[in-house]
Amino acid sequence: MDNVEKILKELNLTGDEYKKITGYIGREPNITELWIFSAMWSEHCSYKSSRPYLKRMPSSGKDVLIGPGENAGVVSIGDGLAVVFKMESHNHPSFIEPYNGAATGVGGILRDIFTMGARPVAILDSLRFGEPDDDKMKYLIDGVVAGIAGYGNCMGIPTVGGEIYFDAAYKDNILVNAMAVGVVPDDRIFLAKASGAGNPVFYVGSKTGRDGIHGATMASASFTDETAVLKPTVQVGDPFMEKLLMEACLELMKTNHIVAIQDMGAAGLTSSSVEMAAKGGLGIEIDLDKVPQREEAMLPYEIMLSESQERMLLIAKKGHEKAVEAVFRKWNLDVSQIGRLIESPEIIVKANNRVQARLPLTVLVDEAPVYTRYARMPVSVTTTATTNASEEIPEPKDYDSIFIQLLSSPTIGSKRWAYEQYDHSVGTDTVIKPGADAALIRIKGTRKGIAITTDGNSRYTYLSPYAGSGIAVCEAARNIACIGARPLAVTDCLNFGNPENPDVMWQFIESINGITSACLAMGIPVVSGNVSFYNETEGTSIYPTPVIGMVGIMDTLRERITPDFKDNGDSIILLGETLDECGGSEYLKLVTGKISGRPPRVSPEMEKRVIDLLHAMNKMHMVKSASDCSEGGLAVTVARCAIAGNKGAKLNMQWRYRPDLELFSESQHRIIITAAHKHVDKIKKMAQQNDIACKMIGMVGGRRLIVNNRVSVSVEDLRNAYHRGL
Amino acid sequence: MPKIKAGVIVFPGTNCDRDTYYALKQTMGCEVDSVWYETKTLRKYQLIVIPGGFSYGDYLRAGALARFSPVMEALREYTEKKGLILGICNGFQILLEAMMLPGAMQRNDTLKFICKDVQVRVERNDTPFTLLYKKGDRIQIPIAHAQGNYYGSEQTLASLEKQNQIVFRYCDESGNTTEQSNPNGSLHNIAGLCNSETTILAMMPHPERASDSTLGNDEGRKIFLSIKKALS
Repeated sequence: MDNVEKILKELNLTGDEYKKITGYIGREPNITELWIFSAMWSEHCSYKSSRPYLKRMPSSGKDVLIGPGENAGVVSIGDGLAVVFKMESHNHPSFIEPYNGAATGVGGILRDIFTMGARPVAILDSLRFGEPDDDKMKYLIDGVVAGIAGYGNCMGIPTVGGEIYFDAAYKDNILVNAMAVGVVPDDRIFLAKASGAGNPVFYVGSKTGRDGIHGATMASASFTDETAVLKPTVQVGDPFMEKLLMEACLELMKTNHIVAIQDMGAAGLTSSSVEMAAKGGLGIEIDLDKVPQREEAMLPYEIMLSESQERMLLIAKKGHEKAVEAVFRKWNLDVSQIGRLIESPEIIVKANNRVQARLPLTVLVDEAPVYTRYARMPVSVTTTATTNASEEIPEPKDYDSIFIQLLSSPTIGSKRWAYEQYDHSVGTDTVIKPGADAALIRIKGTRKGIAITTDGNSRYTYLSPYAGSGIAVCEAARNIACIGARPLAVTDCLNFGNPENPDVMWQFIESINGITSACLAMGIPVVSGNVSFYNETEGTSIYPTPVIGMVGIMDTLRERITPDFKDNGDSIILLGETLDECGGSEYLKLVTGKISGRPPRVSPEMEKRVIDLLHAMNKMHMVKSASDCSEGGLAVTVARCAIAGNKGAKLNMQWRYRPDLELFSESQHRIIITAAHKHVDKIKKMAQQNDIACKMIGMVGGRRLIVNNRVSVSVEDLRNAYHRGL
Repeated sequence: MPKIKAGVIVFPGTNCDRDTYYALKQTMGCEVDSVWYETKTLRKYQLIVIPGGFSYGDYLRAGALARFSPVMEALREYTEKKGLILGICNGFQILLEAMMLPGAMQRNDTLKFICKDVQVRVERNDTPFTLLYKKGDRIQIPIAHAQGNYYGSEQTLASLEKQNQIVFRYCDESGNTTEQSNPNGSLHNIAGLCNSETTILAMMPHPERASDSTLGNDEGRKIFLSIKKALS
């Protein structure tokens, strides 16, 4: 090959990696082969900077059926059923083309779920935008939300939750993380592990075009001005096609015609064929002339690297070809036998009756480089994250006004403007809708429900990646507990800057350690996940943003709890302890514009005791409402409960700190519950036995939220502020 | 008494068929078939439901392609025999495109997909679909659509009003049909229409999502119970 250096740069491979390749295969690769390497060895496919650290996270547990490494994690929920779930990022495409970037992010994660034989039952989206005050950002927000809606709504899968945070750190690199959850009988799980040399390989779904050819590579490099030129590499989604593909695959999976299946996601045909064959210890031979194509004169590498959406690769049993074809024909989908499995562990790619690429699979998969990157604590951590934030905040003269401002701030305010665009009730299983602490999806035919949430406050992780990541796990578990469910397992989406930057690598390692220790302490395994590096633009990285997706289980829907205040006269009780912790808080940002100070302390052990206590009290039917304290502190939580229940409340706080700091502190491990007055003594006693702080702080009633002589706002004004929108 | 036989039509992009199937079984206890869109006869059914979804992806106009599918011929034949038809959401759009009811659907005036609970007022209870309601009842029921903004010419609207074909109208919590309570810009706050023989009901709100107290709302359940009573 001429001009190797230029090509390597285009393919995002280093000179050393090229040397490794020639060493392994004993010759110079041709251009098609080099493209295959560039995809398989990309950060996105090979996890070359993150693999050693990801292994630290606990991934096993008594209910875990399938942990990391498959298309999604699978956890048993009893009754012969399992939940399948995963979260993935689609950040760069969504910044370049928000509608289709977000839409195909949803499409991709849904394929990961139904690839395993599960019917998707819910979608959640964790989004990070810049401040919503300029036109470019408004365009991105509108586009992303519409894209998620456009795809999920057409598929008929409810979008039931997620989060949206706004911070200038995402101005030039928004985050779009999509999570999907499915349910499958535990004896009908399909894997991407090929078996049976001679078995036919089928391509099904959309035709292949040139879209997304640089996808995996784009996800593995930083943004520059030139990236905008990559617009044509963003894939275009066709949810109708995906709906057909899903129904056809699920129909086929009821039969015994197929042995393995995988969707064509990042690096398309390359990664799906290589990974399936490698997992089965076999080889694969494919003929590109048989791949359905919608563009002319596509080169072999273009077909191999295309990331056209809504495509699957499956291995059928020999002799069952006609039956497989019949199912896809019924749904008017392209289906083509493009190759077969072979004994020899290599991939052979043919086109025009010539071998275009022939590579050993072990080199592509197992010998992908692993980098132990240099990590160093950023200077900013010592300068900004150690101050006492509260000292910077003057006590407000007008509490009502600051409270209303906080409640209507973009990050705290209701996300109704977004979730009303998502069909969240299709499926007739959404028992707890968006707007509560977590969503609850029932499973028809059982008494069970699945609780789902996503969490990740990146201001905390910026100030302390370790504490912030632990907080994300704790808050997710607390959200699950607040609707009456028990935490089951985690999927994570780790969004970071450039791993070649030692500051970022330090943040990443600290974050992994934070997630690991929290999950270990609470006994919650991490069963799937995704790493998204290179979230930086012109050298500036985003905040380290690990997002935790958590699934919980509820044995009977009767145990569900909602946040709304129920009856006048009910006692309002705070479980957990409020400390003077305004570092990284929404309140600090509102008043000073700063993201600084020590973030709240985190103790996963304490978290576990708090949620176990809530669970025990709920079993005794004493909890009428519950909601966790997070951004904006206990005042915001009480306001949300009041708005949801359309009932006022009167709080009589015994101040330990300056009132504003106590009301808006973001101390962790706290839950606001309400209970009938007759249960208060019992609740206090149980809390004491478990060494959990517990205070009755007020009572439900009236049309206003009143806090001592400081705050007095009508529920109507609270509602208007909270639902104001952007 | 033999069980009522109901068919739920499934186009390739229908996505509320399973919800509707479940609701029919739960509320009416009837026999239900999923009826593939290539089916050529519907003679054996007493109730046909065209459920919500995106029949053919609906990249053109919602329902615009569905009307050319084989099952629509069968549906016309079925109509002549006075069988009951309930069109929900995309089902409403398809019935309009097939000109089995007058008017058309435009994009919501907000230009966005809307999924939320709304209030509708029952305008008449002398149809097989509403006989268990009282006239003027206000029910809470979810909508979920991008194209539910009903449009009819002045003549069409006058005729609908005159023949009393408007079955549901969007209203506020007090039952007033205000502009503010109209979520999508529908003319005359129209949320549901019937034909002059009252054998066809088409509605944008989703009664199958409001038929089960576990989901926090069963105010649409009486639609199915009314049908059951009418057919018994």
